[in-house]
Amino acid sequence: MTELHHQTLSELRAGLRARRFSSVELTKHYLARIERFDSQLNAFITVTAESAVRAAEAADRELETSNAPALTGIPLVHKDIFCTDGVLTTCGSKMLSNFIAPYDATVVERLARAGVVTLGKANMDEFAMGSSNETSFYGPVKNPWDLKKVPGGSSGGSAAAVAARLTPAATGTDTGGSIRQPAALTGLTGLKPTYGRVSRYGMIAFASSLDQAGTLTLTAEDAALLMSAMAGFDARDSTSVDVPVPDYLSALDQPLSGLKIGLLKEFFEKGLDEQSAKLVREALSLYERLGAKLIEVSLPNLPLSVPTYYVVAPAECSSNLSRFDGVRFGHRCDNPSDLLDLYRRSRGEGFGPEVKRRIMTGTYVLSAGYYDAYYLRAQKVRRLIADDFARAFSNVDVLMGPTSPTPAFDIGAKVDDPITMYLNDIYTIGANLAGLPAMSIPCGFAGELPVGLQIIGPHFSEAKLLNVAHGYQRETQWHRRIPKGFI
Amino acid sequence: MNWETVIGLEIHAQLATKSKIFSSSATAYGAAPNAQANLVDLGYPGVLPVLNREAVRMAVKFGLAVGAGISRRSIFARKNYFYPDLPKGYQISQYEKPIVEKGTLEILLEDGSRKTIGITRAHLEEDAGKSLHEDFQGLSGIDLNRAGTPLLEIVSEPDMRSAKEAVAYMKKIHTLVRYLEICDGNMQEGSFRCDANVSVRPFGQEKFGTRCEIKNLNSFRFIEKAINYELARQIELIEGGGKVRQETRLYDPDKGETRALRSKEEANDYRYFPDPDLLPVALDDAFIESARASLPELPDQKAARYVKEFGLSDYDAGLLTASREMGDYYESVVAKLQGQEKLAANWVMGELSGALNKDGLDITASRINPAQLAGLLARIADETISGKIAKEVFEQMWIEGKDADAIIESKGLKQITDTGAIEKVIDEVMAANPKQLADYRSGKDKLFGFFVGQVMKVTGGKANPAQVNELLKQKLAG
Repeated sequence: MTELHHQTLSELRAGLRARRFSSVELTKHYLARIERFDSQLNAFITVTAESAVRAAEAADRELETSNAPALTGIPLVHKDIFCTDGVLTTCGSKMLSNFIAPYDATVVERLARAGVVTLGKANMDEFAMGSSNETSFYGPVKNPWDLKKVPGGSSGGSAAAVAARLTPAATGTDTGGSIRQPAALTGLTGLKPTYGRVSRYGMIAFASSLDQAGTLTLTAEDAALLMSAMAGFDARDSTSVDVPVPDYLSALDQPLSGLKIGLLKEFFEKGLDEQSAKLVREALSLYERLGAKLIEVSLPNLPLSVPTYYVVAPAECSSNLSRFDGVRFGHRCDNPSDLLDLYRRSRGEGFGPEVKRRIMTGTYVLSAGYYDAYYLRAQKVRRLIADDFARAFSNVDVLMGPTSPTPAFDIGAKVDDPITMYLNDIYTIGANLAGLPAMSIPCGFAGELPVGLQIIGPHFSEAKLLNVAHGYQRETQWHRRIPKGFI
Repeated sequence: MNWETVIGLEIHAQLATKSKIFSSSATAYGAAPNAQANLVDLGYPGVLPVLNREAVRMAVKFGLAVGAGISRRSIFARKNYFYPDLPKGYQISQYEKPIVEKGTLEILLEDGSRKTIGITRAHLEEDAGKSLHEDFQGLSGIDLNRAGTPLLEIVSEPDMRSAKEAVAYMKKIHTLVRYLEICDGNMQEGSFRCDANVSVRPFGQEKFGTRCEIKNLNSFRFIEKAINYELARQIELIEGGGKVRQETRLYDPDKGETRALRSKEEANDYRYFPDPDLLPVALDDAFIESARASLPELPDQKAARYVKEFGLSDYDAGLLTASREMGDYYESVVAKLQGQEKLAANWVMGELSGALNKDGLDITASRINPAQLAGLLARIADETISGKIAKEVFEQMWIEGKDADAIIESKGLKQITDTGAIEKVIDEVMAANPKQLADYRSGKDKLFGFFVGQVMKVTGGKANPAQVNELLKQKLAG
C-alpha cells in the first residue's frame, strides 16, 4: 500500500470508505508527521491533537453506517484566520495571541458537518497581510521545497503543511493572492472562489470586499470535494450570494476540446521570470494538444491593479481592525493610565509593522480631503478592471497566465522593501478586484522550486476552472511531487 | 440690533423593532448590562452585520408619511472613530445616500397659523452602547445592550425661527412616529431625542450665522430652555464684540446652561466610506407600496376630519390628535354621545388629561374608560347634573371606578330642576339675609353673586344654575 500521506484527499476518502484504514490511523499518521516535521517548517500555530483523535474516533463510528457525510474522517487544517469554537484563533497576530474564539466560522462549521477532522490551525501572515508569511507574530514559515525560501503568503502555513504532507488539505483565504501565490510557490492546487461563493462569517476580516475563503489541496479533484462542502449561501453574510452550488465533481471530466483560453498579454510583458514564463507556455501548449484554442487577450487597465489594491485593501483594513482596541478581547497593555493610553499601547504593542503600515495607509486614503483622490478613484479603476475582465470573457472561457512573477524567494529578501513585496501579487490581485474565481496549479519546476499556472474564470465558474485544472492534472504529474525532506 | 433665530433639528428616533438593526439581539429596555449584546453587537472578530428588514420598512413608512422621496438604492457607510461604547470602532450609518430624502411637515403655531418645516433627510443607523462611570472606582463600565439598536435620524432644514417652533416641530415628529408605530417615543429611556443646531443673524441678512450644535436633548422642556439659553448666549457674545465659534455644546439641565464640548477643529475626521459588509439597500415598488398600504390615518388627516365632522377648532383638533390613543379615546366617547362633540372634546382635553397627568398615567391606562366618560357627559347633556357637579362625579369615578349614574344616585347629586323647590330655597336665603337684600335692592348689583352662592350652598350645588339665575332675578327684583 502507498504511504497514507502520498495519497490525495480523494484517494484517502476512498480508502476510509473501503475501511482499508481508519480515520484514527490516518489522523494519528498526520499528527505524527506534524510532530516530526513542523519544527522545520513552523506551519502550525496550534495543533489540536486530542480533539482530532476524538473526532477521528467518532468518524470511524460514523463510517460504519451507510450515511456518513462526504468528508467523514478526512484530516484537515484551517488557516488561523477562521474562528474555531473553543480553540485559539490568532490571525497570526500578537493582538489575538490570547483569543479563544467563542464560535465556529461558517466554513469551519460546514466542513465539520461534512465530517472533517481538524488537525490544527495554520500559521499565516499577520491578519493576512503579506506575501511571504514573514509578518506572522509566530515567526516565518519555511518552504518545504527549500527551507531557506518563503512559502508565499498569506496562507503560507496552510500551503507548507499540505506541501510537506502534514495534512491532506487546508483552508486558506485570498484577498490579493493569498491562496494562489503560496500554492504556486509550494506546488499545490489553490482555489480562490468567486467573491460571495463561500461565506465570510467567522473569517477575521482583512479587506471585506476582497476576502474570500478557498482551498489548498494536492489536486483539483480534492478542491472540488472540499468546495462541495464549503460553498453556498449563508444568511449570516450579506455579501454571500444565493446561487445554487453545482456538482463540482461530476464536471471534472468534461473534455477540454474547443475550450477557448485567453492568454493574458500583460502578464508576459515584463518582470516575469524566464523559467516561469517557459513553464507556463509549455502548460498552454499542453492545453492546445488537448483541443483548446489559445487567444491573446489584453486587459489594458490590469497594470493598475496593484496601486488600486493598495488603496482599497488598506482602507478597508484600517476600519476592520479598529475593533482590536484592547477593550473587549485580545491584547491589552499593562496598567493603562487612561483611555487614550489603553488604545495607543494596546494597538501599538499588539500589531506588527506591516499591519501598522496598512492601517496608516488606509487611514490616510480615507481622510477628509484625500478620499476623492485615492479611495473614490481606486474604486473607479476597480470598476474599469472588472469591465476589462467582463469584456475578455465575452470571447474566451478562461484566462491563463503565471500566478507569480518568480518562484519562491529567500526568506528576508524582500522584508525591507514593501513595494517589491507588493509587486509579488501583481498577477493575482486582478481577480480579487473583479471578484472572479481563480486557481493556481503546479505546472513544472524551476530547478527545485515549483511554478504555478493561474486560471481565471467568469463569476461562479468554479466548476469550469476545476474541470480545466483536472484535465491538465490527468496529463501531468507535477502535483504528485513531494519535497525531498518530506517523503 | 434685532436678531433672527435659525434652528434646525436632528431627531433620533429609536425604531420599535424587536431585534437590533444588524443582529438578532433583543432591543428591549432595562435588561442587565450586556445581557442583550451578542457577538455581532460586541464586534467580535469575524462577525458580520445583516440588515433588519423591519427597520427598513419603518424608515420607509416615515418617509411616506412626510411626503418624502424614498431612495430605491441607499447605502450604509462606516463612520470611524474610537470609543469604548462603539465596539467595532465604527458606527454603521447612512451618509451619502440616505433612505429618505426631502419631505415636509406642517406645524401649528400658538397664534393659530401654520408653518411648513422642511425635512432634509432621514437615515438609518445603529446606536452606540453606554459607558457607566458611577459604579467603578477609577474605571468605567461598558453596557452594550443599546449598541446596534436601530435609529432613524431625522434631519430638518434650518427652518425654525424660535424655540417654540422647534418644540412644536419636535412634538409633531413625536406624534407622527407614534402614529406610525415605528417608535415608542419614550424620551426618558432615550427612545426619542434630538440635537439642535442654533444660530442667529441680523434680521434681513440672508447668510446664516455660525451655528452651535446642542447635543442630546431628551425633553421638550429642555429643548426650549437650552435653545433660549443658547440664543441669549450667542447674541450677548456678538453684541459684546465677540464671535460665535462653531462647536458642539452640551445642555446641563441642572444649571440651565449650555457648555462647550468640542470645537470644529477638535472634531473627528470620521473617514466615512461605504460599508463593504453590506450591499446597497435596493427597494422595489412592491415593498414601498406595501409600506404605504400599512400607513394609518395620519395626525393631520385626523385633525382635519375632527374639524369637519365634529366642528372642533384647529387648536382643539390638534390637541386631540397629538396621540393616536387620545384620538381613539375621544372618538369612542363621541360615538356614544352624538351632538356633544365639543363637550366631549373639552372634557377629554380638560378633566381627563388633568387627571391622567396628575397620576402619571397614559390614556390607555385611564381609570375612566370612554364609555364611562360618555355616561357622565350624557348626564350633563340631559341636565341631570350641572357641569360643576359633574366634576365632583368625575373625581369619584376616578377614585372608585364606578359609573357616573351609580355615583349620582348614591350621593344624591341629581340636579334640582323643580322650580318650586328652588323657589323655596331662594325664599329661605332672602329671609336669612335681610341686610344684603336691602343693599341689593338699593343698587348693589354685585350682590347677585352672593345670593347665587348661598342658594348653591344650601342645595349642595345641585340646583340647576340657569334656573337659579332666572328665579333669583325675579325674586330679588321683588
